[in-house]
Amino acid sequence: MYQDTTHVVTDSLSAVAGKEDTGWILHHVLDGKYLDFSPFGMIPLPHITLFGIDMSITRHLVVMWVAVILLIIFLRLAAKSYKKSLAPKGVANFLEVLIVFVRDDIAKPSIGHGFEKFMPYLLTIFFFILTCNFLGLIPYSATATSNISVTATLAIISFLFIQGGGIMKNGFFGYFKGLVPHGIPVFLIPIMIVVEFLGLFTKPFALAIRLFANMTAGHIVIYALIGLIFILKTYFVVPVSVSFALFIYLLEILVALIQAYIFTMLSALFIGLAVHQDH
Amino acid sequence: MDSLALAYLAAGFGAGLTIIGGAFGIGKLASSAMEASGRQPEAAGDIRTSMIIAAALIEGISLFALVICILLALK
Repeated sequence: MYQDTTHVVTDSLSAVAGKEDTGWILHHVLDGKYLDFSPFGMIPLPHITLFGIDMSITRHLVVMWVAVILLIIFLRLAAKSYKKSLAPKGVANFLEVLIVFVRDDIAKPSIGHGFEKFMPYLLTIFFFILTCNFLGLIPYSATATSNISVTATLAIISFLFIQGGGIMKNGFFGYFKGLVPHGIPVFLIPIMIVVEFLGLFTKPFALAIRLFANMTAGHIVIYALIGLIFILKTYFVVPVSVSFALFIYLLEILVALIQAYIFTMLSALFIGLAVHQDH
Repeated sequence: MDSLALAYLAAGFGAGLTIIGGAFGIGKLASSAMEASGRQPEAAGDIRTSMIIAAALIEGISLFALVICILLALK
């Protein structure tokens, strides 16, 4: 009898899955070349290959385009409403809260003097990451920031801004000389040079991985909890599974906000460290 | 034991150990934040902000290790 039940469990597992038990989780989390509205059908997306590089339109790309279109619409509406009166109303009111938050709590304390030059970039990444994270929470759509390529691109752009800002303020050699802090014993300087130089690269790398892992892990947990219903094939686990999944879903909303804030704040912090090297 | 089974085992152990470290760190952080808020209630807002930032950074580290475990389990 023991063998019968294990047979039933493994049969149901292999019936649910593709080639392994949890292949369907990855199938939903990873990128794909078609828009998947599962019981209703799917929309295939065009495959484009440019110079041998696969540039087909994928799910995450479509979500990013939706995010860009939404942002352009709402931010232009907000900007236009400022022409009528300086006190904002409507969507400008809501966006002003976020923009003032980025300016006063993220840019000014971290960068200090001369933060206006970096405000457009910080606002861009804050709103873009926030919108992508929130769009990923809608059922049937994918999270663009759960793709390591997207977060790596954002981190590379941050890296370019950090180096560019630092080099423009301190001069090319002055920036690299200023990496090593003053007032340390002489025999530590070689180690500090290596450590600081490597730190230039590890910090944006950490930014990319942090955003990617937070987004992907949250979605995987939700899929696994809901999938528990299908793996166990019983109705009794439904209230437990759905309530846990709902709790994790609410946590995901919080994590979406926090991760956008952390990415922007750490970018601002690194820019501030690079621009004002003597703090 | 073939290497696939070892990889799965290692992924499970790795994830567990990582979570122990992360939960310990965030727990200590939350406890000192609560204590500080209790001592000085008017600083509670600042403390809460710093606590969330530090929690996100610690979580970032634990998710590095989680990514490595996921890679182990998949490949």
